This record gives sequence, structure tokens and C-alpha cells, in this order.
Amino acid sequence: MSAQIEEVAATGPASRTGKGAAPPPRRGPGRLARGAPYLLILPAAAVTVLLLGWTLLKNGLLSFQNLGPRQLIQHLTEWTGTDNYAEQLGSSEFWGVTGRSVVFTLANVVLIMALGCFIGLLLARLGTALRLLLSVGLVLAWAMPVVAATTVFQWLFDQRFGVVNHVLDKLGWHSMAGYSWTSGQFSTFFVITVLIVWQSVPFVAINLYAATTTIPKELYEAAALDGANARKQFTSVTFPFLKPFFLATTFLEVIWIFKSFTQVFAINEGGPDRLTETLPVYAFQEGFGSQHFGMGAAISILTIVILLALTAYYLRLVLKQEEDEL
Amino acid sequence: MRRSTLGRIWPGATAVVLFLAFVFPVYWMFSTAFKANKDIVSEDPVWFPASPTFEHFERAVEADGFWTLVRNSFTVTLVAVALSLVIALFASFAVARMRFKGRKSFILVMMMAQMAPWEVMALAYYIIVRDAEMLNSLVPLIAIYTVMVLPFTVLTLRGYVAAVPKELEESAMVDGCTRTQAFIKVIFPLLAPGLMATSLFGFITVWNEFPYVLILNKDASAQTLPVWLTGFRTAFGDDWGATMAASSLFAVPILILFVILQRKAVGGLTSGAVKG
Repeated sequence: MSAQIEEVAATGPASRTGKGAAPPPRRGPGRLARGAPYLLILPAAAVTVLLLGWTLLKNGLLSFQNLGPRQLIQHLTEWTGTDNYAEQLGSSEFWGVTGRSVVFTLANVVLIMALGCFIGLLLARLGTALRLLLSVGLVLAWAMPVVAATTVFQWLFDQRFGVVNHVLDKLGWHSMAGYSWTSGQFSTFFVITVLIVWQSVPFVAINLYAATTTIPKELYEAAALDGANARKQFTSVTFPFLKPFFLATTFLEVIWIFKSFTQVFAINEGGPDRLTETLPVYAFQEGFGSQHFGMGAAISILTIVILLALTAYYLRLVLKQEEDEL
Repeated sequence: MRRSTLGRIWPGATAVVLFLAFVFPVYWMFSTAFKANKDIVSEDPVWFPASPTFEHFERAVEADGFWTLVRNSFTVTLVAVALSLVIALFASFAVARMRFKGRKSFILVMMMAQMAPWEVMALAYYIIVRDAEMLNSLVPLIAIYTVMVLPFTVLTLRGYVAAVPKELEESAMVDGCTRTQAFIKVIFPLLAPGLMATSLFGFITVWNEFPYVLILNKDASAQTLPVWLTGFRTAFGDDWGATMAASSLFAVPILILFVILQRKAVGGLTSGAVKG
């Protein structure tokens, strides 16, 4: 990558000047032009550094403190070095929650990507009327605010009057009539997963459908001439073309699911017996629930580190791509 | 022969089943909100509110300070989304169209910022805001929400800017426009769908956010609707009619906005992702 600063777009018209057209007089990349990109990114960089950077730094400092309600109210600072980290890294509970978070994230992302891609490809095959119908359903689920969707799912899966139990009972599964979904680890995770998948699939499906419409028809025609069947066309045309899309979406979903807090917390506050706590909920419970704020801060820093590890592959890929670009 | 009939029927049948699965929770929310109490807690589910009632909505709206919360929610959301859009528009133009030292680092910072687990950093922000004596104000909320939605907005808008052919800009400049004029006259109108898509995502994120409100603004006059909604269930016990009415009221602005912007919004991510 050239270290020299230049405006890429500016080279376009400049190169035409040689052809004798009548180009507007252009200054070379003067000081103002060289400074332009920095002026443009300045507001974004400034607010991010100021608010995210400062909060993150504060959070990092808190993670090395013993901060309880007393210290918080009296504005005391009690440094405890790496005690919070040592305690977490040495506890089997922390590693249990970490493992659970990773499995939870992977399971949800796989379900979302598989179902989302299936529905996206289905949309591409449907006629106009059915495509519109299904899109409306997807958009409604997508547009539901998380807080509202979570309340609705609590109502759907309510023990006594939830429609899910009613229907299961009617279908002959009578033991489900008064089933308490939030009393077990797996059934609670089941409800959370249905909620998250229901809300996340539309994003993948609709965007995938939109992406398929940008695939040049000639590619399929060429594949068909070569005698490729539907499956071969998918593996040799659709998939390679959409690969950047798959990578970007998977990356976003991993971040969103791993960080998801509202759904996991609201369904059963991490219960029963803290068995459905994922890392963000665990950090919240340890920090705010037990009023051990320094510990909560340490867990949130560890959460960031783990998330970085999970997404390192994609981040590296993007950086390499940025080098080839422009 | 049979197989081809099946082949023609299954996509449609699957589509209908999927449509029902995706719509049902939304339908159930609205229909419960209109049902009489005896229909809500009945042995057999009542699939359709035959004689709709508005009593649940009345109870929800008459809750203390409801309209203040509505105003606060709209203020916080609209200002934060507008701010992040303007800031992101500048930045996305720079990273999509110009090459400069530090460009890669900036993109990396934005991607990392997108990964920030905001919910668990609320205490750190609380201490900062407390020490600045700004608790119970909407300003710190707006500031934090702007940064919360900024990375996604920058990265997505970048895709839209990059998707506009450079030649359009160049020919405008050949015709005598300055770079700024070319941007305003040629590129900006083409970015309308991108701006709508990103504002929609921002709107949803900010509209939903509540840990920060909960922690920073204990004062009811400075809170927003999600706090009201999550507090609603405990305040009214298992009053599902009122809870679903409250959820409906909370969801309606987003649903309306989405229906309006949906066509423009779709495909936003892809224009950025596929380009690479």
C-alpha cells in the first residue's frame, strides 16, 4: 500500500486532461485536499474515542478495583490489582458460563444462517404474490422491537394461559398443558432460541434474497449450458458470488448473538439457578445483582477479549481485503 | 410427473407455513390487547377478539407519566439517529472514496466499536455521568446512543457510497461541479435508500435501549418507554391484556416506520458486502 496520501477519485478526471478535452482547472492534491479525509472522519473518530474509549477505559480501571455500594456512594477508590481477573479466571463458574455462551452463540448462528439462507433462496423461487406475502411476515417479525417481542414470547409460553401449551395439549401432548418453560435449563434456552431465531432470520433472509437479485443472469446461463443442475448451480454460482455476504452476515450475527442481553435476561433473568446465564448476563448479575461492580467490569473486559477471539478470523480477512481495495 | 407437481407446490406451501410462523406472535400480541379478560384467561384460546375492547389500552396509557415517556423516547431516538447519520455520512464518504493513511485503522476501530458490550459497561458510564453531574438528563443518553449506532451506520453507509459508480461523480466534475457539489447533487440523492436503511436500524436500536436509562435516569420524568414496558409487568402482575396493549403501543411506531421504509432498506448490507 502506498504511503503517499492521495485522493483516488481525483486521479480519474486528471488522467483525462491529456486527451485534450476541456477539463475544469484542477489544483493538485493541495493541503486542503490532503486534509479532507481526516476532516471527514474527525467527528466519527472523536465521538467514538470520547464516549466509547473513555467508557471502556473507565470500565478497565474499575475492573482493577474493589467497588461495592459503599465505595460507589462514598466515591472511594480501592485498587486491588488483578484480583478480580484472578478470581474469575480461576473459577469453574466463569469457564462454565463462557463455554455455554460459545455453544449458545454457535447454535443460534448456525440455525439463523441455515434457516435465513433457506428462506432467502425460497423467496427467489416464489412468484410475486407469495414472495410479497412471506416478505410481509418476515418484515413484521424483524420490525418488532426486542423489548416488545420478549414480552410477547413470555405471553406465548406462559405456563397457564400461553397459547403454546394450549396447542400442545390439544395435539395430544397432555403433559404440556401446565408446563413451565422457565423451570428447566434446556426449555428456557429453547424459548430464548426460538425468540432470537424468529427475530434474526428475516435480516438474513431478506438481505440474501436482495443479494441473489444482483447475481448476473449470464452466470446461470453459462452454468446451465455446461449442464449444471440446480444444486451444482448453487455451489458453482450462487455460493461463490455470495461468499462475502455470508462472511459479513455471520460476523454480525456472531456479535449480536454473543452480546444479546435483553432476550436472555428478560425471559428468566438467567435462571433457573443461573443455568441460562450467558456472559453479558453473568457480568450484569455479578456486577449489579451482587453489587460487586468491579467484578462486573472485569467480566465485561473478558467478554470483549473472548468476542475478539471469536471474530479474529473475520477481522483479519477484512483487513487483508482493505489492502487490496481501492 | 408426480414429482414435478410436488416440486411446484412445495415452495408455495412452505412460504405460507413460514408466513404464519413469522406473523403469529405479532398477531397474538395485537389480538390479546383487544380481548376481554375472560377471553385472555380462558381454557380454550380465543383466536379472534369477536368483540374488541379498548380497556387495556386505556389502562396502559393512563399509567403515570406515559406521555412524558413517549416524548422522551421520540426525542432521544430522533436526535441520536440524526446525529449519527450526519457524522457517519462524512466518515463513510472518506473511507469509501479516499485513500489516506490511517484509513484501515479507522475501519478497524469502527468494527471493534460495533462489538462493544454496551449493556455491561453501563456502570462505567454511570460514574462518568454522575461525576459530571448530568444524571436524569436526556443529553448523556443521546450521546451514548449516537455512538452505539454510529459504527453500524458508518460501515453500512460505506457500502452504499462505494456502490455509486465513481464515473457519475467524475462526469459531474468534468461538467464543472466541485467535489462538494458533485456529492450533493449526484451522490447524495442516490444514497437515500442507504440513509433510510441505516436510520431504520438506528431507530430500532435506540428505541429499544433501556439498561442505560434504567441506571442513569432514576427520575421518572427523564425515562423512556422501554423502562415503562419492562416495569409494566411487575406493576400490573400477570395482567396480560394490559401488557400486550403496552407492547403494541411500543411496537407500532417501529412497525409503521418499517412498512414505509422497508423497500428502500432491503439489500443495504449486501451492497457493502458483495462489493469486496
